[in-house]
This record gives sequence, structure tokens and C-alpha cells, in this order.
Amino acid sequence: MIIQDQMTVIAQSRIAENIFEMQLAGKLVGDITSPGQFVHIRTADSFEPLLRRPISIASVDKEAGQMTIIYRAEGRGTTILSEKRDGDVVDVLGPLGNGFPLEETESGETAILIGGGIGVPPLYELSKQLTAKGVKCIHVLGFQSSDVVFYEDEFKALGDTHIVTVDGSQGTKGFVTTVLAELGDNFSTYYSCGPMPMLDAVQRLYVGKKGFLSFEQRMGCGIGACFACVCQTTEGTTKPYVKVCSDGPVFPAGMVAI
Amino acid sequence: MNRLAVELPGLQLKNPIMPASGCFGFGKEYGNLYDLSVLGAIMIKATTLEMRLGNPTPRVAETASGMLNAIGLQNPGLQGVLEEELPWLKQFDVPIIANVAGTETEDYVEVAKAVSAAPNVKALELNISCPNVKCGGITFGTDPEIAKELTKAVKAVSQVPVYVKLSPNVTDITAIAKAVEAGGADGITMINTLVGMRLDQKTGRPIIANGTGGLSGPAVKPVAIRMVYEVSKVVNIPIIGMGGISETADVIDFLSAGASAVAVGTANFVNPFICPTIIEELPAKLDELGIKHISELIGRSHRL
Repeated sequence: MIIQDQMTVIAQSRIAENIFEMQLAGKLVGDITSPGQFVHIRTADSFEPLLRRPISIASVDKEAGQMTIIYRAEGRGTTILSEKRDGDVVDVLGPLGNGFPLEETESGETAILIGGGIGVPPLYELSKQLTAKGVKCIHVLGFQSSDVVFYEDEFKALGDTHIVTVDGSQGTKGFVTTVLAELGDNFSTYYSCGPMPMLDAVQRLYVGKKGFLSFEQRMGCGIGACFACVCQTTEGTTKPYVKVCSDGPVFPAGMVAI
Repeated sequence: MNRLAVELPGLQLKNPIMPASGCFGFGKEYGNLYDLSVLGAIMIKATTLEMRLGNPTPRVAETASGMLNAIGLQNPGLQGVLEEELPWLKQFDVPIIANVAGTETEDYVEVAKAVSAAPNVKALELNISCPNVKCGGITFGTDPEIAKELTKAVKAVSQVPVYVKLSPNVTDITAIAKAVEAGGADGITMINTLVGMRLDQKTGRPIIANGTGGLSGPAVKPVAIRMVYEVSKVVNIPIIGMGGISETADVIDFLSAGASAVAVGTANFVNPFICPTIIEELPAKLDELGIKHISELIGRSHRL
């Protein structure tokens, strides 16, 4: 169920250049059902900025009633969010959207998790849950440069992890597809989250393979009412369009026209 | 006595608060969050004769205390609304105001005729002011004579009262208001969004794929208040006011300016519970102002 929760900031830290990790506590955590879901955060109790900010959930601790979000402080809203201190209360709407399907990969099978930049965070909870059920996870994480790389050790603790940077300042130089081409296609499922050109390149590389992509779009309401985040679908799909916020953000590869 | 009840042509409102068209879909998403029967009415998303897929994305851009949108009247079309959306809304004890849009007069007439026959549709809102579609919409809303003729044509076929939604993107909104009143409109809803544009700092190009979009949110409220004030002075039909209503105090302003009820738009995106919150807060606000019934507020600004 979607609720509006006044969540408490438990901790916040800067984990890379302009990248922040925030832990929040509140009853909303109990309603999270799958990795890849997101929350819609009101960063200020005023009209500036006006709209909420959609931010993906990076990890969930149901027992403690806490979740972690990771975001890039880029505009006004996320900059205000990055200035919150422990004990501050944040207006959070969620959990929103449909996450990655865990059931598409069986125990003992291999999954490749491909993330780009600020699309990496939801893959962490996904990897935790897939690994826990006995799936072997390989992570391919792309960033612009070494100063914005985060969670390398966290992903390494869960499985093979390949870091790729555009400028070559850390890991392999190039794009995620540079590494993917070398890894081959001996896996059962791929899961990906990142910028549209990356998702496009990944799904072109893996034509015929089972995959799930998480999309990003400018949003208004976050719950499916305003039709801001609509994407056209490909031919042969039953629906002519999908809403990223409420039908997605995760869709089977090949469904959304990129 | 229900201190919040307001009666308008076709509409017995238990309170004067309703979500504005285009900001509430057909109610389903908000119906997951609260009981829609608490609302005074619901203005459903614009319905056109055929299904529309709307404009390319990006369709929204945030601005100072507001937002621009160019959705492009995306909707499932008349059949979809009649067969899916309106029957679903029947479970709630709430009058529906159906927003009708089109490209040609014939489209408006056909949609109005069919949708006004639905049992839970108690009024129509004629959309002659959408700034985000190439044909129809706003072209009907900027010429008084054309607006009047369209109102007449729709009135001739509608089984329920017809409210006309006015565009603020005109030199003299009172001319349009008087014209639609002469055309037989039972009421006016105002204002639609103001045409605006936001540019990308890096590329210099418009952020919204459509180029321009409609500005809404708290930023437009003073313009809306001024226009409701002006129009309410020159027409004898009721006004449902809208434009940046975000909190209970804003409702008081719109009623004082001359509106008989109000619609809440963009604020639903900021706080999905804003309509029930305002409805809950209104009685205390009336107490604060020393007012027994909400209708005492209507048009206060003119009495000075």
C-alpha cells in the first residue's frame, strides 16, 4: 500500500562526489515489496521546490524498519535533501512502482546486474535478495569517473563486480557494454538500471535473452495520475503506452520503445 | 446544517472542494489512497472522441513555485471512459464533472451528448482552453464568438448543465465569459493554465518536448484570483475557481474573489491527500473567520 510517511533521518553521508547515502526510518518500510521500487520525497515544506523527487530504494532492513536511499545532489531539491541532518523528518510518499522480478531467476542460475551512475543503487537490494535465494550475481557498474564510483565493496561482497569508467580512471575504460561483450551470454537473466542510452545498448547486445530494465522519466505525481512519465511501447505489446511510475519503473526488455 | 454544502447547477456539493481535471486521472490512483466520496465532486480527465496518446516526453518541467505541463490530452477516448472509467467511479457517492475536449465542434457535440447521458455525470466542463494541443482546445477559447457558438452547440445536446473552462491566455477574459454566458453556459470554471516555457541551461532549448507548456501551481494564483474577481463582476452564472490552490487559506481567497466552489490541481501531485485535508480543515477556518456557512464568503471582495 502507498502511504505518506513522515520518516526520520537516521544517518546521512557523502559516499562519492555529490553522491549521498541516507538512512530513513518509518512505517513505510513495511510496505516495500520488491527491489527496484522507489519513493517520492518532498524535500522542503514550502513551494520551493514544489514537486516531489523520485528516488530509488537502495536497501531495506524490514526488521529495523529502515531503508537506505542513494541519490545525486544535482538540483535544488536533492541539494536540500543532502543538507538534512540526523533526526530531521522527511515527507516520503511510497513505496511506489513495481520492482525487479526475483522469481524470473532460479536458485543456482546466474544473473547479470548492469547499472549506470545513479541507476546503480536499486541493484544493490536486488543483488542482496537474489544472492540470498541462491542466485549467482555478476555486477557490471558503469560510472563517469572514479570520483563518482560508490558501493564497489558492497557489491563485491555479494559477487563478481566489474567497475567501468568512461574516462578509465577506475576499472575498465569505456562503457558497461565493453565488459558485457567479454563476459559472454552464459547467464539466465539480466537486470539493468541506468540512463536510457545504456539501457538501449544493453538490450541490443542481449537480443533474445531474458532481461528487465528500470526506466527513468521526469515525473509529476508518481502514482500514475498525471500522465507525465508515459513511454510508448513497442509493436506487439498489448498496451499502446506505459506509465513509468505506476506500471514500471521496471519493464521486461523489449517492451518500452527507446 | 452542513456548513460546507454548496448547490450549483446540476451539482449538490457536500463541500466546495474538487480535484481539477487533468490532475486526478479518472480517480483510480487517488481512490487507492482515500475514500473519494469525501470530495465535493470530481473533474475527470479530458475525454476526446478517439483515444489520444498525448505529446512526446518530457511533458513536465518544474518552475519557481509551479510547474509546466504539456501532456496533450492523453485519454482512453469516449468509449473507454463510458465503459471503464465512469462505471468504476459509480461506487463512490460523488458527482462527476466530465471534461469534454475535441478538435472540431462535431467532436465536442458527440462526446458531450454521450458522456452527459452517463448516470453519475452531473455536469460537463467544456475544455476550450487546453494550451497543449495543436488543433481545437484553446482556439475555441480565445475568440468570444467561436466560444459562444460552441457553447450553444453543446448545450443543445447535453443532458446535464454545461460549465465552460476558460483560458487565461487572452487579453480580456470577461469578453469570453460574457460570450459563453450568452451561449447558454450554466457556469464557468477558471482558470486553465498559462502558457509558459522553460529552457535547459546547458542546451538553451525548451525542456518540454512540446516547446511550451501550461503553467500551474502557487505561482499562478494571483492571476487566477484577479480573473475570478473580474469575471464574477460581469456574469450571473456561478464560477468554480482554480489556479494554484494549495492550502485551505487559498480556498477562502477564491470564494472571496467570487467563486462558488473551487478545484485543486497541481497540489494533488505535491500532497495526494490535499483535497481531504482541506475539507477537514475548512470548518475550523470558518470558525476563525466567524462565519457560519461557507456560502457567506462568496464574492466578499465585491462588497467592500
